[in-house]
Amino acid sequence: MSDTLIGFVGDDYVLLAADATNAFSIILMKDDEDKIMKLDSHKLLAAGGENGDRVQFCEYIQKNLSLYRYRTGRALGTNAAAHYLRGELARFLRESPYQVNLLMAGHDEEDGPSLYFIDYMASMHKMKMAAHGYGSYFSLSILDRQWRKGMPSTKGSN
Amino acid sequence: MGDSIMSYNGSAIVVMVGKNCVGIASDRRFGVRQQTVATDFQKIYKMHDKLFVGLSGLATDAQTMYEKLKLRLNLYKLREERDIKPSSFSHLIASMLYERRFGPYFVEPLIAGLEGPENKPYICGTDLIGAPVFTNAFWSPELAQNLVRHVRDFVASGFGARGFVEVMAQCLLSAVDRDCLSGWGAVVNIITPD
Repeated sequence: MSDTLIGFVGDDYVLLAADATNAFSIILMKDDEDKIMKLDSHKLLAAGGENGDRVQFCEYIQKNLSLYRYRTGRALGTNAAAHYLRGELARFLRESPYQVNLLMAGHDEEDGPSLYFIDYMASMHKMKMAAHGYGSYFSLSILDRQWRKGMPSTKGSN
Repeated sequence: MGDSIMSYNGSAIVVMVGKNCVGIASDRRFGVRQQTVATDFQKIYKMHDKLFVGLSGLATDAQTMYEKLKLRLNLYKLREERDIKPSSFSHLIASMLYERRFGPYFVEPLIAGLEGPENKPYICGTDLIGAPVFTNAFWSPELAQNLVRHVRDFVASGFGARGFVEVMAQCLLSAVDRDCLSGWGAVVNIITPD
């Protein structure tokens, strides 16, 4: 719940941001943790939540997407990858749940940029702007105010 | 926990029978407890031209349930070479939910459709473990108590398709105005014989 993730879609890009702290209750273990994992050349997965679950689940998805690529010779599209991810998270929900909140971002040739919000219970929604964690209480309202459809990249990073 | 899990994501869906038509309406909010995440979330799915299903309750289970239903329906269509009847579909859902009696899907589905060659309006709702409720007026899951009160007033007058849209929309909107966990717009689907 405490890991903040923010993402939004611009005109031909998706921007993902994640906080870099790694805490063990009150002790700050690390402040340069990279919580955004590269799934393949055009997909990113930002994850927040329980540390072990976060790393394990992201690697699991990344390796399975690679396996698909090796088997079939083509990479999975963002929509398909997001649904696959949701399906796996939903399957584990009833067995041994992963407590990770995710933002998956991807860019396809036909569909363009897309962002998927997936919460730890595997509820998924394709969105133009999304955020997880305590930071979402602040950033969502700013995004509501400032986000416009098709922002050029300079404006987006502001 | 059993009660709050159904209102974790917040949703309001209602089915109503009109004259020669059925309607199913839902709100569009997707929330995580008190925080609204999205305002364009889909809760009603078209299974075929004469059958719609609305899935209220926990969003993840609603999405999983929809995927399972789509699979079952596609298989049914391949085997039977026809579309499933709404009444058969409601029995299918009820049995799928009861299979998970002691670890249920936290969804309360509502089915709206036109049955048979005469296109008789059919609505049905079930609770999360598949106890079906067959009525011929209206139904809404227990969470949306306000909806029931609004809808009851309108049911007696059998509305034709055009007025029906307005009735359903207003019922839903006035009910969700009082419920902070549902709202942010509405979608009304009316099924008519044509």
